Amino acid sequence: MKNEMSRIVRTVTTLIYGFIIVYGFYVIAHGHLTPGGGFQGGAIAASAFALLVVTYGDQGVKDFLKKDILSLVESTGLVLFIAFAFFGLGVTFFYNFMANSGGLFGNSAIIGINPGDLNTGGIIPIMNIAVGLEVLAALGVIILTMSVGSKNTKKKENS
Amino acid sequence: MIGNFPYIAVAILIGLGVYTLIFKKNLIKIAIGITLIESGANLFLITLGYRKGAVAPIYTQAPEGMTMVLPTPQALTLTSIVIGVATTALILSIAMIIYKKYGTINTDEVRRLKE
Amino acid sequence: MKKSIFAIALVFFVAFMLVAAFGMRIFGEPTVSEMDDYYIQNAQAETGANNVVTTIVFDYRGFDTLGEATVLFTAVLGITALFREAAK
Repeated sequence: MKNEMSRIVRTVTTLIYGFIIVYGFYVIAHGHLTPGGGFQGGAIAASAFALLVVTYGDQGVKDFLKKDILSLVESTGLVLFIAFAFFGLGVTFFYNFMANSGGLFGNSAIIGINPGDLNTGGIIPIMNIAVGLEVLAALGVIILTMSVGSKNTKKKENS
Repeated sequence: MIGNFPYIAVAILIGLGVYTLIFKKNLIKIAIGITLIESGANLFLITLGYRKGAVAPIYTQAPEGMTMVLPTPQALTLTSIVIGVATTALILSIAMIIYKKYGTINTDEVRRLKE
Repeated sequence: MKKSIFAIALVFFVAFMLVAAFGMRIFGEPTVSEMDDYYIQNAQAETGANNVVTTIVFDYRGFDTLGEATVLFTAVLGITALFREAAK
């Protein structure tokens, strides 16, 4: 196939797609301190996958992004989200049983305007990570399936 | 009366979306019309919760001594945007399968199910 | 003939929405805000996070987020089922 992207596009993509994924994970992990959270960070990290599919075609990324592993990551994210909802069932469904206690993610926040502390929040950072993994994998599976399927739906030659 | 300009923008967006749904015959243009209506609904949700001269509802390094905007419509709009993405992806996939089976995506020619 | 009926209906619909847009309350002054005042006052003390919007999405109204994750999962399920090759 002679219609591949030019040398500038291929070089810049190879240099940049790692930074986009790291920035997406930063927005997911600091969801309880700064604007952002699970859905926004997952969309940022999925745009790196879209950049790779546009530059190299779906034959070039076939051994880097596999559909089975992405589907497994999406199911893991959803099961983790529902499991942490059931852990606080002693009081109510979705109870925040780790807030203001002493353990993991258990510090209390200073009331008023403060520079944020990463160790606070209770159950919220864990649910941020679960939803972020699910949105990342869901958008990646959608991009890969539609780009492979668009080659099979070309116009029939002798209809 | 010129102060509530965002509500007029919502009416124009929804009007353009309904015009595209009624008068256009291509399936891709109908998908764009559905996206326009959803964008108008999201904009209406956000502009309902604004206070004049207030800042974003986040306590990390906020300016001193100012009131905050209402945070509940922003949470509802987050959910609505993600549902819009899922709906648009499904509509475009169905359009691709219709093109593969019938050879055309003009809605005047795919009116009856055929085998 | 059918197009003119649709055009008149569309003009009535847009006129109805414009009259409603001009008659809304003033932009920037909410009338009732007791629930949001409670959220702004007590979100830091009860959950310990700084971002009030994230505590509403994941802690106070987490059930809606569960429904939204299910909608996204079902959409991916439908797209994978549409593009499946029939085994010959």
